[in-house]
Amino acid sequence: MTIKRKAFVVGAFEHPTRHCPDKSTAQLHAECAIGALADAGLSPKDVDGYFGARDIPGPNASWLVDYLGLNLTHIDCTDTGGCSYLIHISHAAQAIAAGKCKVALITLAGRPKSEGMATGTAPRDGEPDRPDVPWESPYRNTNATQYGMMAARHMHQYGTTPEQLAWVRVAASTHAQYNEHAMYRNVLTVEDILNSPVIADPLHRLDCCVISDGGGALVLTTESIARSLNKPMIPVLGCGETINTQKSGWPDFVTTGAVVSGPTAFAEAGVSIQDIKYASVYDNFTIMVIAQLEDLGFCAKGEGGRFVQDGNLISGTGSLPWNTDGGGLCNNHPQNRGGITKAIEAVRQLRGEAHPKVQVPNCDIALACGPGGVIGTGHGHATVILGRE
Amino acid sequence: MKLETVLSFHPHSKPFWDASENGRLLLPLCADCDRFHWYPRPFCPHCYSFNIKWHEASGKGTVHTSSLMRRAKEPYIVAAVELEEGPIILSNIMSDDFSKAAIGARVTVGFECLNGTDRKMPVFFPDAT
Repeated sequence: MTIKRKAFVVGAFEHPTRHCPDKSTAQLHAECAIGALADAGLSPKDVDGYFGARDIPGPNASWLVDYLGLNLTHIDCTDTGGCSYLIHISHAAQAIAAGKCKVALITLAGRPKSEGMATGTAPRDGEPDRPDVPWESPYRNTNATQYGMMAARHMHQYGTTPEQLAWVRVAASTHAQYNEHAMYRNVLTVEDILNSPVIADPLHRLDCCVISDGGGALVLTTESIARSLNKPMIPVLGCGETINTQKSGWPDFVTTGAVVSGPTAFAEAGVSIQDIKYASVYDNFTIMVIAQLEDLGFCAKGEGGRFVQDGNLISGTGSLPWNTDGGGLCNNHPQNRGGITKAIEAVRQLRGEAHPKVQVPNCDIALACGPGGVIGTGHGHATVILGRE
Repeated sequence: MKLETVLSFHPHSKPFWDASENGRLLLPLCADCDRFHWYPRPFCPHCYSFNIKWHEASGKGTVHTSSLMRRAKEPYIVAAVELEEGPIILSNIMSDDFSKAAIGARVTVGFECLNGTDRKMPVFFPDAT
């Protein structure tokens, strides 16, 4: 069974806050849920399928579902880190195609900024029962050092340069100037990024994404309900998901799970790289964008640095308009999980609702993808391809 | 995490820590398919045999990739070290000179208690050039 054109995105909402110590995480979930449903012309009373991950307050989703007062026939709490919400799009489409639910709600929310989290630079012990932890946590590896090791290896194998990494941030900042909610709206130059302090060699501070509060939500439904709503028809065309492991001692520091999730999604959608008018590619660190673009097939492996340089990701001038909201690098990264905002900007592009300065003309097929967890360790990855009818 | 906690959650790991305490790096080796794996498991993730034995590694390796964490009171080097036996393992390079931890640098194992742990962990020192 394929899920192609079996489910349609009818609601999307990105919380405007970037710092909200005055609201609970549960309240943020509620505001996102109600916002996305209102966008669709629906209410929480219409929801019969809920999809959420570990950012839900409490040990499982029951409390949030209770808080929202939902009446469900289907629930899915798949968690693969930051890409969970892209996987939820796939799973929601599957559930809708199988008749398990008709109106699927996906939410994400969190407050790492209010909670003072040093997301990238603070070593974490990891849960004591996690099987790798005894052999890893004492070394104080961090997100920044792990992606630093990725960048170092990519540079070593392929000749990628710090300037090429910086071009990713330049593109994000060029787009973010038009996003009134973005955390950082200053347009940056390559020199600005290279002049920012090195955090974890070879990554500079401006190679790293922001830490923000906030959240987002999506609503998917059946074709017949979608046609009854006053919204553009945005079908889910294809999805892919995977966990990329450490290969039992032979980890690959330059390859992402997109090598699996990408081809799976393209095959299901029946489209090719040339058909993609816009791409949201999760940008927790600049190097991760380069590696994913390679693994998706936008360029050959090792060519990602050359692909992104000279503004090739900037909407209107480059060959691949990318992260036109400013992405995780400049806009936001709610709960340190960038999956849902990637899908939301893809929906805006397909609806023609992106900022006019970054809107892609005739955007009829868009891709959203991203990792969850950390490259070079077991990490999730998901790719979603959406269309417009 | 204290050794007592590690052993309570990961009982199969005791021989590894006993050897580390005595300056020996043990690698899990499958007695059926003769392949190493890392991090240690009580089964072989290649052929799924439970016939695992511990093999003493030479302690020699090369840096596969590395990064200097500068946002810390004392900067430190995190690295993935490719052991002579094949597996790539996460560790620290004990050096004040990051250039000694560049990709391809030859390193040798040592054992230290790190960051509040009460068990000795394998770490790596740059070989004299």
